[in-house]
Amino acid sequence: MNKRLIWGLGIALLVAALFSPLASSNPDGLERVAEDQGFLHEGEGKPVINSPIPDYMIPGIKNESLATAAAGIAGTALTFGIMCGLGKLAKRQSSVVNQSSAKDHLDRSI
Amino acid sequence: MHIPDGFLGIKTSVVTSFLSAGALSYGLTRSKEVMGERQVPAMGVMAAFIFAAQMVNFTVAPGASGHLLGAALATILLGRWNAGIIITTVLAIQALFFQDGGITALGANVFNLAILSPLVAHYVYQGFRAILRGKFDKVAIFLAAWASIMVAAAAVSVELALSGTIGFNVVFPPMMFWHALIGIGEGLITVVVVSTVTASAIGVFKDRQHA
Repeated sequence: MNKRLIWGLGIALLVAALFSPLASSNPDGLERVAEDQGFLHEGEGKPVINSPIPDYMIPGIKNESLATAAAGIAGTALTFGIMCGLGKLAKRQSSVVNQSSAKDHLDRSI
Repeated sequence: MHIPDGFLGIKTSVVTSFLSAGALSYGLTRSKEVMGERQVPAMGVMAAFIFAAQMVNFTVAPGASGHLLGAALATILLGRWNAGIIITTVLAIQALFFQDGGITALGANVFNLAILSPLVAHYVYQGFRAILRGKFDKVAIFLAAWASIMVAAAAVSVELALSGTIGFNVVFPPMMFWHALIGIGEGLITVVVVSTVTASAIGVFKDRQHA
């Protein structure tokens, strides 16, 4: 991986570790509208699936800032890994398709 | 503006899921056409940065906050189809692992934030670049980012209304108001990040024309 991309990943991890604990805890735009217009409760039932790290805090870490920073680092690394994995998979599939179409072409020309 | 479980009706969830799946499979073929070998790690870094930045809510007014979406950022640097795949990946991870955005609303969230937002960012950016003849690129970037938020907020309003959760006339004006403010933050961050990346990494994210 290119040096500048490593810098980019480093910056992403820094943002996750240092800035996420400082994030505003105010409701976001949609939550604020839901609260003001009285439909916020519609979304407050039991979650449909149980996530391992709800609300971006690693369970079991008492200090909220640390729990958030740890969740941020884990999530950022996980996202990088999954995105690269998916990208490689897509690349490999497309090269398999290219090879087989090249083979078809070869077969036909023979 | 991740929609949680419970806000949308079944029909709206199903229809948006099909629309998203269709758009994504088309996007994947388009993305492969322009994706070089070295673009895979660039997509990984972009996804990681967007995930991290989405954790950092900024206050836009007393009692309301927003965070970067990153659709315009990814669109301008890597093209709209790659942006769609990147944002979809981030949304899926957030819903599965972090309970952010409902799993039943994932189709709608992908449609709003990973399909519509990059599409609008692309056309607004290209349109203003043509009008401004390539000058004031930062203005084009800012407007593309702002518009990408507004279109998603409008789409959320339509989906809530179709689901019978709230009337369109009730939900649309405040959604536009708050997201007009959040969009300013989106625009400023996008301008700063795009300028920094293009100043320091010419050739790494060289697909700006492809978008």
